Amino acid sequence: MIQFILNNTTVSTPENSGMTLLDFIRENKQLKGTKIGCREGDCGACTVLVGTLENNQVTYKSITSCIYPLGNANGKHIVTIEGINLTEQLTTVQHSFLENYATQCGFCTPGFIVSLTGYALQQNEQSTHNCNDAVSGNICRCTGYKSIEKAAKNIEHILANKDANNQISWLIKEGFIPDYFSEIPKKLLKIKNPISSEEGTVVANGTDLYVRFADKLTDEKVHLIADKYKGIEITKNQCTIGASTTVTELLQHKYLQKLFPNLKSFLKLVSSEQIRNMGTLGGNFVNASPIGDMSIFFLALDSTLTIVHRDGSLRKIPFKSFHKDYKQYDLKEGELLKSISFNIFEDNTRFNFEKVSKRTHLDIASVNAACQITISNNKVTAIHLAMGGVAAIPKYLSKTAAFLNGKTISEEIIFEAQKILQEEISPISDVRGTSAYKRLLARQLFYAHFLKLFPENIELKKLITL
Amino acid sequence: MKNIDSYSHVRGESLFVDDLITRQDTLYGLVFDAPVAHGIIKQIDYSEAESIEGVIKIFTYKDILGENQIGGIIPDELLWTKNEIHFWGQPIAFIVATSEAIAKKARKLIRIEIEKLPAITTAKEAKAKNSFINAPRSFHLGDTDNAFAHCDFIIEGETFSNGQEHLYLETQGCYAVPMENGNIKITSSTQGPTSVQKITARVLGVPMHKIEVDVIRLGGGFGGKEDQATPWAVMAAVAVQHLKKPVKFVLNRHDDLRMTGKRHPYESTFKIGLTKDLKITAFEAEFLQNSGAAADLSPAIAERTLFHATNSYYIPNVKTTVLSCKTNLPPNTAFRGFGGPQGMFVIESAIAKAAHIIGVEKERIQEANLLDENDTFSYGQIATQVEAKNTWRTAALNFKLEKIEHEVRDFNAQNTQFKKGVSIMPITFGISFTNTPMNNARALVHIYQDGSVGVSTGAVEMGQSVNTKMLQVAYKTLGIHPSKVKLETTNTTRVANTSPTAASSTADLNGKAVLKACETLISRLSEVAANMLNTKAGEVNFKNDAVFVNNKKSPITWEDVIAQAMLDRVALTENAHYTTPVIHFDKTKEKGHPFAYHVYGTAITTTTVNCLTGTYEIDSVKIIHDFGKSMNLGIDIGQVEGALIQGIGWMTMEEISYNKEGKLLSNALSTYKVPDIFSVPKTVEIAPLETKGNDMAILKSKAVGEPPLMYGIGAYFAIQNAVKAFNPNYEPKFHAPFTPEKVLMGLYE
Repeated sequence: MIQFILNNTTVSTPENSGMTLLDFIRENKQLKGTKIGCREGDCGACTVLVGTLENNQVTYKSITSCIYPLGNANGKHIVTIEGINLTEQLTTVQHSFLENYATQCGFCTPGFIVSLTGYALQQNEQSTHNCNDAVSGNICRCTGYKSIEKAAKNIEHILANKDANNQISWLIKEGFIPDYFSEIPKKLLKIKNPISSEEGTVVANGTDLYVRFADKLTDEKVHLIADKYKGIEITKNQCTIGASTTVTELLQHKYLQKLFPNLKSFLKLVSSEQIRNMGTLGGNFVNASPIGDMSIFFLALDSTLTIVHRDGSLRKIPFKSFHKDYKQYDLKEGELLKSISFNIFEDNTRFNFEKVSKRTHLDIASVNAACQITISNNKVTAIHLAMGGVAAIPKYLSKTAAFLNGKTISEEIIFEAQKILQEEISPISDVRGTSAYKRLLARQLFYAHFLKLFPENIELKKLITL
Repeated sequence: MKNIDSYSHVRGESLFVDDLITRQDTLYGLVFDAPVAHGIIKQIDYSEAESIEGVIKIFTYKDILGENQIGGIIPDELLWTKNEIHFWGQPIAFIVATSEAIAKKARKLIRIEIEKLPAITTAKEAKAKNSFINAPRSFHLGDTDNAFAHCDFIIEGETFSNGQEHLYLETQGCYAVPMENGNIKITSSTQGPTSVQKITARVLGVPMHKIEVDVIRLGGGFGGKEDQATPWAVMAAVAVQHLKKPVKFVLNRHDDLRMTGKRHPYESTFKIGLTKDLKITAFEAEFLQNSGAAADLSPAIAERTLFHATNSYYIPNVKTTVLSCKTNLPPNTAFRGFGGPQGMFVIESAIAKAAHIIGVEKERIQEANLLDENDTFSYGQIATQVEAKNTWRTAALNFKLEKIEHEVRDFNAQNTQFKKGVSIMPITFGISFTNTPMNNARALVHIYQDGSVGVSTGAVEMGQSVNTKMLQVAYKTLGIHPSKVKLETTNTTRVANTSPTAASSTADLNGKAVLKACETLISRLSEVAANMLNTKAGEVNFKNDAVFVNNKKSPITWEDVIAQAMLDRVALTENAHYTTPVIHFDKTKEKGHPFAYHVYGTAITTTTVNCLTGTYEIDSVKIIHDFGKSMNLGIDIGQVEGALIQGIGWMTMEEISYNKEGKLLSNALSTYKVPDIFSVPKTVEIAPLETKGNDMAILKSKAVGEPPLMYGIGAYFAIQNAVKAFNPNYEPKFHAPFTPEKVLMGLYE
């Protein structure tokens, strides 16, 4: 049995753990406020909140229920639009939408309301974003978003007065959520979290598998691993990240924010709020897309993968040897990704991530690129470069890096290096762009690293005239 | 007044087709569609699919008792194809099962053998192969040959504008339920309930009165549900006719994207002639419309391209021709603007190219040729109450155009990696169905005996707030509180023979009918009230839920009058019929007065291009828009904002892609991108132009649905100007959308 709290009611269900949460909500529970827009996590019409009990507090995150396995709701508080509605009046978020003409046809609206209510429920110290980021995964085809921005700004303004110590009671008092929310931590404690199946298709949070195989997975009891292999561990010179860590968890990690001062702007280019709340590192690696953002990021960190076998044995491999060919990787029957680790770098090492896609946010890259460069005495002493969308696998650019090693960064050297880069890559024409475009873009993003990391040495004007 | 649906929208309580309570014995439909773009079906084997438990029946053309024909303008489209396949995604069969999941499983088991034929995917190929939907259409004004002979500059060129997916958030869908005596009630997500009713009756071989179509609301339409909501409803109805069980059919997103048509891609050529003082004296254009595999609404859309081919400019000598090219794509269809945007993109491109070659700013040519009072359009209508120059000048003045341009020049002089571009986009858009007979509407107004009111019209609510506007007309005319008025669903048994909700004219047509019905009711009720107060009907009026005599409040309330009217056996129901006066158009001469009025406006767009990566942002769009006298400015501004961003999407990131075999590659939301909250302009400023308004518009409040979409064209030229600022060698191309890919290639060509 799967047991969780749906809005204000504890529910138990014998349904397959592989069923989508969306279908359970709409069909089994006949809650029709959660809409079906695309069934691939790309529109946000089916957004719900998932509340997880941690230290007697419930942490809420927005997710797209269309690609979320029902089994992952186990022991959680699931909030749909119906669970946000007050009996006789509108919530503050709803009222703000009404006042600002932020709803037209109304089909996407519940998703926006849920996302923004999730934003209101964020703990202040976790907040790495604003209202617009909170709806980065919600598509509206009617309003053109300007009225939604206004509504969101108004909400942000009200939330500025939030009482961080008594958040839930403040939100109830200010009409953001119904008062049953205050009883949820107690109720969640009572729910037994049964051990899930170790059989069936391995699923973390489903952001990839449910886009491709939802019909098949619905009929299965799946092997859920989202709560295994979690956590970010920092030792003196190593950072180890569990394979089930989500992108949001990376983004919210205080130490990583310090290590990568631009972490937020990098990761904001990765999908949307809802998908970042679900998508795991391990999932991105085994999806094995040649343009996987996280693959590119961790390739440039020269990371090491730890793989665990069903029998408990571990093996470690360099991440750059993990991807073998298009969608093929080094994982044997009975094995799972456990964690990925990289060496913590010093001040003389700089890191950058670049991504260009047709739409800047919530889109798959045409080309993405990352680099890590260590400089001593004006010379490159270590360098790792990775690029996506330019080969059959996420590409570790060993030849270009080898060329740059030991050199002093200058426009001429960068220009020479990009010639090697062009020999090292072999992009194909597809829906993300022609090969000629990807080659040009590869050069530009390669330049972008150096323009950003070495503004004192590199000038665009000079580079483009070479 | 806010959209009257806002309260239930924000609570997720508004009902869409997929949310309806279904009968327990409801069955679910799914289409089996063609897996090639062109071919002959050699053999189909349904046996394995049929053997799955839960599959009730697989319907094909053989099960049609009436006519297998769903074409609207031209009867050239089958509901389910027989032997020949004309586009990838063409419906072949309809699987009905006890659940959608079972139907999906069955679909995978259908075996089909097809002899493939070569597919035509572009309009140019179709033209070369003489493959057309109908005869070409041409508009003529003056004498272009003679005019070109006297031009100082003649510039020729070609353009391409891609299609556009509607991406209504609610996919196509319907729920068909058997009633008694073979009657069927269909709840459909359609902009055209009458079209659903008519075609269903035709295919089922029953009279129209056997089919009732009800529309609650649409989760977005944008033209995509004008004609193309019909086939799905008809399929469900055929199944109901045979099985006598309710059938629900809501398309999943991938099926919807694959099987439905989109905005038409256009390949066009132009020739523009100017004198030294930058007057455009001649303009010729040939528009190749990629119509897809059947007519659908293509001929009407082609016509509107011609109507708007000169946008906001007066050109004395014009020759424009449009060819509806038959290809092996899904039949393309209506999309906000209805061919107008495609036409306007060509004239704006022609002016941009002329400006580039002559070496002047584009806006100097634009401004020198703006339409004036009493100018003649190429279709013979004389322009009156023209606001083209007024909106242009007001925009330039209020938004300080010179300052904007100065700042852009300074910025570009100081920056290498980032360049800004600015452009001005005027619009002139004609309001009315260009097919004159369609300009009619009806309203049925009931006053119930407790004084509450129910209003039915032919208008379909799809987010544009037409119901709110109808309610405004009703409560204001009846002089009662808005809460007393309810807007009913759009239903063919209450309001029959309706035109689709389209052409931006729905509020005008239906609003005028509501106005007429309410005025008639008031005149009857005035008699009743006058008798009660021993005065004359002419001295009575209704406001604030009370009766006023010579503008003084009487003790008699609205409810008192209604109660008395019941006792006096006075009719409290009125049905009114409205037709737009004045308009006419003669297709044999291609001349007439097709539009009730025009909507005008001017937008100033500023963009910033990142010349390292080819990505860009729209900094601002500032618009002076001619709303007439807006009856609801909050709602109308929402329409302008929504249309603008849809237009910008069409011009920038929305890229439909078919491969050479005619397979849709942009077949999911992961490969077809519409604007998200981060890709819209940082600033959108919309100011209404102060005008008297137009009497042909409802309460002088002009139509607003489509015209502002074309402001989005400004984004293309603003980006182009930024690219030019970076790369002096850039040769302007007119190939929309201007994706980051095209920008980067242009920056470094």
